[in-house]
Amino acid sequence: MMEWLKMGGHGFYIWWSYGVFALAIAIEVWLLSRRRAQAWQMVRQAAEEDNA
Amino acid sequence: MAGISWFKFSAPASFYPLAGRLIPWFAALAALLTVAGLYIGFLVAPTDYQQGESYRIIFIHVPAAWMAMFTYCVMAGWCAASLIWNTRLSAMMAQSLAPTGAMFAFVSLWTGAFWGRPTWGTYWVWDARLTSTLILFFLYLGYIALRAAIDDPRRADRASALLALVGVVNVPIIYFSVKWWNTLHQGATVSMTAAPKMAQTMLAAMLIMSFAAWFYTIAVALHRVRSIILEREAHADWVQELRNGRQG
Repeated sequence: MMEWLKMGGHGFYIWWSYGVFALAIAIEVWLLSRRRAQAWQMVRQAAEEDNA
Repeated sequence: MAGISWFKFSAPASFYPLAGRLIPWFAALAALLTVAGLYIGFLVAPTDYQQGESYRIIFIHVPAAWMAMFTYCVMAGWCAASLIWNTRLSAMMAQSLAPTGAMFAFVSLWTGAFWGRPTWGTYWVWDARLTSTLILFFLYLGYIALRAAIDDPRRADRASALLALVGVVNVPIIYFSVKWWNTLHQGATVSMTAAPKMAQTMLAAMLIMSFAAWFYTIAVALHRVRSIILEREAHADWVQELRNGRQG
């Protein structure tokens, strides 16, 4: 397992590449979720403005 | 098919539920293809006789680069549609694609740097391919920043659409850069007119990951455009009915 992770001495380059890629995907998915919540908040505010 | 009026989906109110039904399918396909691609890429494809194990970075580098270019072209297409037909949904689709395209452009630059170091001995050179890809990343950021700087959504649509359309000339420059100039970056290993210059298992993993990236982009863009629709149509009756339906 450790030999596989070392990737013939190139483990640093491979795992930093895949790690940053996974982090970018995770950040994007989190931002999507946050934007959705903010959008519904805007819809609630629009309802309050229209009812005022 | 003959009885469906597809134009009805050009209205945000019609497209919103359609997008919601499509997201799970594309997300599931993206996840399955990613698992399959990484399995083949790491556990089936052999070690490269020249690059050793570092070549396995191509299974994310090449799909990211392809998606960065392809997404920009699709984004520019939606921008053109919004300018020609003055359709709000076209502009919203372009807006939904930009962050994901920027993400893939960044990933292609990052993974390219980490591939370049063991392969060429350097993280970065100012050659045509790398420089034009960096410009693509800046174009994405510029599009996003320009939209954010203009309060009126319709004015933001028009200004950012013009920027996107001017910048689309960069995409063929990126693609043909390895032919037109003497670059450190290698030439194309996958071509529409010639046999691929890589082992079949390596090619299979790369293509599977490319489709995974494509379906991921569609799922994410559809999710983001639903939020954009809610933001821009917040006062519309159909959105308020949707909100009341969620609360009930």
